[in-house]
Amino acid sequence: MSALQLLEKDDTTKESSYGVNDFSITVATVNGSGSQTSNLTILRALFKMGIPVSGKNLFPSNIQGLPTWYTIRVNKDGFLARREEHEIVVAMNAATFAQDLASVNPGGAFFYADDLKQAANRQDIAAYPMPVKQIARDSGAPSNLRDYVSNMVYVGVLAQMLDIDLDKIYQALNFHFKGKTKPIDLNFGVVQAAAQWAADNLAKQDPFHIEPMDATQGLIMADGNTAAALGAIYGGVQFASWYPITPATSLAEGLLEYLPVLRKDPDTGKNTYAVVQAEDELAAIGMAVGAGWAGLRAMTSTSGPGLSLMTEYAGLAYFTEVPLVVWDVQRVGPSTGLPTRTAQGDLSFVYFMGHGDTQQVILLPGSVNECFEFGWRAFDIAERLQTPVFVLTDLDFGMNQWMTEPFQYPDTPVDRGKVLWEGDLEKMTEGWARYRDIDGDGIAYRTLPGNQHPKAAYFTRGTGHSEDARYSEDPQVWHDNLIRLKKKYETARSYVPAPVLDTQDGASLGIIAFGSSAPAIDEARHQLKERGLGTDFLRVRAVPFTAEVGDFIGKHERNYVVELNRDGQLHQLLTLEYPELATRLISAAYTDGLPLTARLVREAILSNEEK
Amino acid sequence: MTDQITTTGTRIPLNLAGMSKADYRGSPSTLCQGCGHNSIASQIIAACYELDIVPEELVKFSGIGCSSKSLAYFLNRSFGFNGLHGRMPSLATGALFADHNLKGFGVSGDGDTASIGMGQFKHVVRRNMRLVYIVENNGVYGLTKGQFSATAEQGLTLKSQGTNPYMPVDIAWEALVGHATFVARSFAGDPKQVKELIKAALSHNGVAVLDIISPCVTFNNQDTAMHSYAWGKDHEVALHELSYVPLAEEIMVEYEEGEDKEITLHDGSVVMLHKLERDYDPTDRAEAMRVLEEANRCECLITGLIYIDTEQPALVDIYNLPETPLNRLPESRIRPARETMQMVNDLMF
Repeated sequence: MSALQLLEKDDTTKESSYGVNDFSITVATVNGSGSQTSNLTILRALFKMGIPVSGKNLFPSNIQGLPTWYTIRVNKDGFLARREEHEIVVAMNAATFAQDLASVNPGGAFFYADDLKQAANRQDIAAYPMPVKQIARDSGAPSNLRDYVSNMVYVGVLAQMLDIDLDKIYQALNFHFKGKTKPIDLNFGVVQAAAQWAADNLAKQDPFHIEPMDATQGLIMADGNTAAALGAIYGGVQFASWYPITPATSLAEGLLEYLPVLRKDPDTGKNTYAVVQAEDELAAIGMAVGAGWAGLRAMTSTSGPGLSLMTEYAGLAYFTEVPLVVWDVQRVGPSTGLPTRTAQGDLSFVYFMGHGDTQQVILLPGSVNECFEFGWRAFDIAERLQTPVFVLTDLDFGMNQWMTEPFQYPDTPVDRGKVLWEGDLEKMTEGWARYRDIDGDGIAYRTLPGNQHPKAAYFTRGTGHSEDARYSEDPQVWHDNLIRLKKKYETARSYVPAPVLDTQDGASLGIIAFGSSAPAIDEARHQLKERGLGTDFLRVRAVPFTAEVGDFIGKHERNYVVELNRDGQLHQLLTLEYPELATRLISAAYTDGLPLTARLVREAILSNEEK
Repeated sequence: MTDQITTTGTRIPLNLAGMSKADYRGSPSTLCQGCGHNSIASQIIAACYELDIVPEELVKFSGIGCSSKSLAYFLNRSFGFNGLHGRMPSLATGALFADHNLKGFGVSGDGDTASIGMGQFKHVVRRNMRLVYIVENNGVYGLTKGQFSATAEQGLTLKSQGTNPYMPVDIAWEALVGHATFVARSFAGDPKQVKELIKAALSHNGVAVLDIISPCVTFNNQDTAMHSYAWGKDHEVALHELSYVPLAEEIMVEYEEGEDKEITLHDGSVVMLHKLERDYDPTDRAEAMRVLEEANRCECLITGLIYIDTEQPALVDIYNLPETPLNRLPESRIRPARETMQMVNDLMF
């Protein structure tokens, strides 16, 4: 079948029929009006009803007043990437009313606050007015809370019109308000009143329904930043320094929330950790480098602009061989960019982060569950390799709620790497030197401040240094040291997570990607397969690449490298790594600030296959 | 003190830590002959020796510049980190969390602190990290060959640079405004005072800022320059005669009512301040500000302990850390128990 035929077929089988447990809801509200509580309530209730569901907050960089959208996708088959279409739209914002009305798919449903004073004048959709102000007023909520509870009106109306279980809504509210009866009762009262009003006043004119399933049994719902923080806690994080930045802030706040619960010494009640809010990102990473150097499991978390500031310390840590973990919750760059939108645009930058010859180790979690796993694993890798480890997630993972497998307790013991304490030094017959490669893997042995052995101390410097850590400008010494660092980077390949491979029978094409684009790729592959085009998918989980990556490229004549950036940064790194395979690599890169959709992936591949 | 007798029969005096003075030495200095920084390094060695400090219990930090290089010229048996320009405070802050028994010892310069590192300087001061923070202040950039630094006085004329048009940064003043709990100014040409202040700083529970005028003999030592030896010698006005008395020693000097003041430091040691020309109370912050302002106006080099507050807790003290240093905690104390995993998953929705 030619690609052109594929495209034609694609048109005829366009978007299958949506209806029961298969549609998207978009809620248009004003930022700061408390709608996030309502949206999460719907999301969680659907999840508790056993239906695969995802939620994405498409919000502005603003505290209050700008338009914001929240999109929920339910899909019985478990395809949960963002879609560009919405069957159901809830309009709560007068400023975007016309745009929201126009965005409803034909045959869809439009719920709108009746006080917006605008006409829902489309004949091809079902339009439902909601007396939002009236119900909020009748709720008895104090006037300062009335705007917040207004948003519960659409929760109740949707529950009634889509058959969302009110008990599950109660569970969601109970979770959100941490069991506090007063706000739970107030909000649930509004939900019930709105549902009753809808039952009494609205006639169902659209085909969309929720039916309970059991597809979420055993899963949890969490965001990537919380998962990362928890993972770090199970990894034994001892020191975290940070500076507020969207979308990474909630990662550090996750540490602050859960460390006191999980990491108070049971015997002494003392903290086995310290968290410092730094004055800027220069200091945040500086503190983490100091702590890592002195033997603590140290981390910092940031996003693009903070990362730029961290570059000089990243270079120092690479060259002085200090372990630390840096979480980069990517947002859209360059520059301040789009602070509240998602991207995968920091990969090339981080790989080379530092002047001179620098190569950094990067981990790329591809699910919220992996955010947890890499949260602890990153420390083992950093301390084993004595180098910074950068973990790149993004806003989509970091700030949205995802259903995911429960977090798994670490399956390997803590690896503190090559550290010599007093007893170890005492046993050493030959002298110890900080940068001597005894084992041939490029990784030398280190000692930590506090070590009382008279031979323990050494002097760390960002300038040229010999094996015994003395200042040196000797050309051979400089050369040898850089070559050893290169060797260490080779060693890193055996410690970083291998990629995840998913094959289809008779696949001819390869897809290579990383991070949060996996759901869109999974769905696109399903659609391509339905059209007779099989694909194998390699989800890369680390740089440097492991052997599987080269093997995969070699096995496929054309490999589409799918990523959310302009320049195809993973494609760049793969091309550098495998120049002999470069002609097999095709960049399918795209960025507009929004999470990837299956359509973008599908069309990128089909349009090229058509050539 | 006991003595060590070498195989050749030479007597080497040892301090209470069982160390000879050589145990506190560093690598040979590569700074210019006569550099104030070398003199300060000697006083650091002498102070640590006399304080019976175990070198492994002190950690050195510095940034970039001539002063920062001098870190390698003392205490070779201590861990040290010569880091980034202006970023020594953050490095030290993180490292000193690893073992709360360690004494932090930072050496910086006027470029490293008052220009590129002003932000980190102000914040480490504000946090009251337990850190001796010496600024070897000479008014010029040495390693890049003699440009004005931010502490150079307005009107200073240097051969290759012309005349400095800007007002200077006063490091002691910045420290004081930033709520430093120990602020001192000294002069490399007054080694006895430098040594006593270093000893007091090492006993202080918090950040101890020592702004030490340390002349650059190569680029800024002309007699009229405010960071020169000659100017310092002519214009130094000591606030008091200062002597440090360790905890173990009985105070032998005669205490004169109205003439002497005692300040007890965190570890029980005492700083004795003997009155010179005037009464000065270094626990009075407003008075400290006034004296710095006066020094500015009269163009004199006020030296001594300008301000001290022994009440503020140090940063590490407020973190409720365990007795065992964090960097020696075993896996069992840093990884939550397996049973907690279910509880955490239950906390998610």
